[in-house]
Amino acid sequence: MFKTVFLMKEGDDLLNYFLRRLFVMLLMIFLVSTMIFFLFRTMPGDPTAFVVDPSIPSEARQQLLERYGLDGTLWDQYKIFVSDLIRLDFGESFFYNRPAIEIIQEKLAATLILMLTAMVFAYSLGVFGGAWMAWRRGSRLESLGITISLIFRSAPTFWVGLMMILLFAVRLSWFPAQGMRTAGTGGGTFGEMFLNLDFLRHLILPALVAGLYFMATPLLIMRNSMLEVMSEDYIEMAWAKGTKERHILYRHAARNALLPVVTAGALFIGASIGGQVLIEVVFSWPGLGREIVTAVTRHDYPLAQGCFIIISAMVMFMNLVADMLYAFLDPRISYN
Amino acid sequence: MNIAALNKKGNSKSVIRLFLKNLRYDKLALIGVVLLIFFIGVAAFSDGIAPHGPRDRHYDEEGSIRRLEPPSAAHPFGTTDVGRDVFSQVILGTKTALTVGLLAALLVTVVGSIVGIVAGFYGGWIDTVIMRVVDFFYAIPFIPFVIVLSAVLKPSIWNVILAVSLLSWRTVARLVRSQVLSIAKRPYIKAGRVAGAGNLRLMFKYILPNVIPLILLEMAFMVNWAIAAEASIAFLGFGDPSVPSWGQILHIVFSTGNSRVAWWWITAPGLAIVLLLLSIFFVARALEEVVDPRLRRR
Repeated sequence: MFKTVFLMKEGDDLLNYFLRRLFVMLLMIFLVSTMIFFLFRTMPGDPTAFVVDPSIPSEARQQLLERYGLDGTLWDQYKIFVSDLIRLDFGESFFYNRPAIEIIQEKLAATLILMLTAMVFAYSLGVFGGAWMAWRRGSRLESLGITISLIFRSAPTFWVGLMMILLFAVRLSWFPAQGMRTAGTGGGTFGEMFLNLDFLRHLILPALVAGLYFMATPLLIMRNSMLEVMSEDYIEMAWAKGTKERHILYRHAARNALLPVVTAGALFIGASIGGQVLIEVVFSWPGLGREIVTAVTRHDYPLAQGCFIIISAMVMFMNLVADMLYAFLDPRISYN
Repeated sequence: MNIAALNKKGNSKSVIRLFLKNLRYDKLALIGVVLLIFFIGVAAFSDGIAPHGPRDRHYDEEGSIRRLEPPSAAHPFGTTDVGRDVFSQVILGTKTALTVGLLAALLVTVVGSIVGIVAGFYGGWIDTVIMRVVDFFYAIPFIPFVIVLSAVLKPSIWNVILAVSLLSWRTVARLVRSQVLSIAKRPYIKAGRVAGAGNLRLMFKYILPNVIPLILLEMAFMVNWAIAAEASIAFLGFGDPSVPSWGQILHIVFSTGNSRVAWWWITAPGLAIVLLLLSIFFVARALEEVVDPRLRRR
């Protein structure tokens, strides 16, 4: 994300690079949090009216405002906000009457599981499909593959989700239409929550929709980068040696073509979170994306603010991981 | 045609001429252009084409509301749960989608281009400061930000355009800047300065014409981006309730729970979004091949 500033430099080591990037990331999280704080506080109208019924006696109202930290000047509120932020305390949710961070923690796991499943699906299919499509360049199957991936790229995820629910959940009844588990099942531990067939059945449809949406990027980039690699001398050399076709495709060409796919992944993760939010809404998936939408409609600002900061941090962290992976994978970048 | 030859002419006219020439062998781009013209036509005459008002209720012979009727001759895309004509709503939604897409894309490309040209032209600390601001905007996740913003602002079509534009200029600014960086080093810029051209003149008379093809291309992609974003905002229920849009149709069918029953009610607006986005994408891709010849089919 900050490639223009923070490219690896000659003679730089990986740890230094990582620490520098980590520092920038923390700074950016702080700036984004500041922006969202002032965005919520400077909007027209009295934000406290949503929280505290204006018709109740002013003394009781004052007490409630104090409880939620809504008294004091904007600057005072900001100072409290910053010191709370460092301790990851986003205040108390107006709606749940519980600390916002607790709710976010519950939702974060659901979001990450859905996102990572979809990513693994999209990247494995995209990388192999892209390599294969470059190999079979000009065939009818290749143009079909490109067209299909472009259609799923252009189609809004929420619409694909609605259609999938209609077909696979309502008409065919193969999968449940919404939620993360059947009501009344599942317990509190991680295993009871996520490692069971019921959860898997709920996961398949939303992960499929997200995966199809994510797939076009790795698929098309892999195809292009394969086409580039395939014209290089060492591939011709492999042919001349009599190496098996499959061997050339996956051992020689695909390995080297992978790099741009990893790089593109970094920029792409940031864009994909939007599609994820909509999928969570359509499938009533109890994740961060759905929570930020409901929190905003309920004017539950501490929770909306917390969700926003955590989503931003999540995107930035994933970008960082992808960039580190890139620096690690490409031996042409030196880190002595 | 190589990039040097293009730059010599370097204006939008030659880009359009090349683009039209390419249509002859690029079938997908041709389909895209035809579809796009169709959508623009529908949008321009939407008030005349739509047989009913978007909120009109329809009744059958016995006087009861035509609730959730599948497509028929009278209502080609069926009716909603309160007897409204889906066909008319989809037709009127075309206008909203294209208006929002074009206006937001225009706003984004103008702002992004100016920022990019200024940063690339002046370089030095001005460039550094501007690019740090761009980095900051890159750190904000788009859809969550738009959700928060549309909740803070009043729901209106102008605020949707504003919300979409507020973050999207970052992409254009970065692309234009990197192009300007290389152009600003060319001899004719120096020659222009020696001849007494001021900074403003250099930026907008000497450099701008050379980045116009790139700007045009980015604008095409931005139209797509804005249309998709508007549909998403409306689907989440943060759109302008008084303006019929495809996202709003899908919001109503989803929030009333009818998305599990009325396939006609979700299929039509969704297909309209997909077709419009695909057609613009194919046109933009063909444009990209003209602007950047390295992308020509191998």
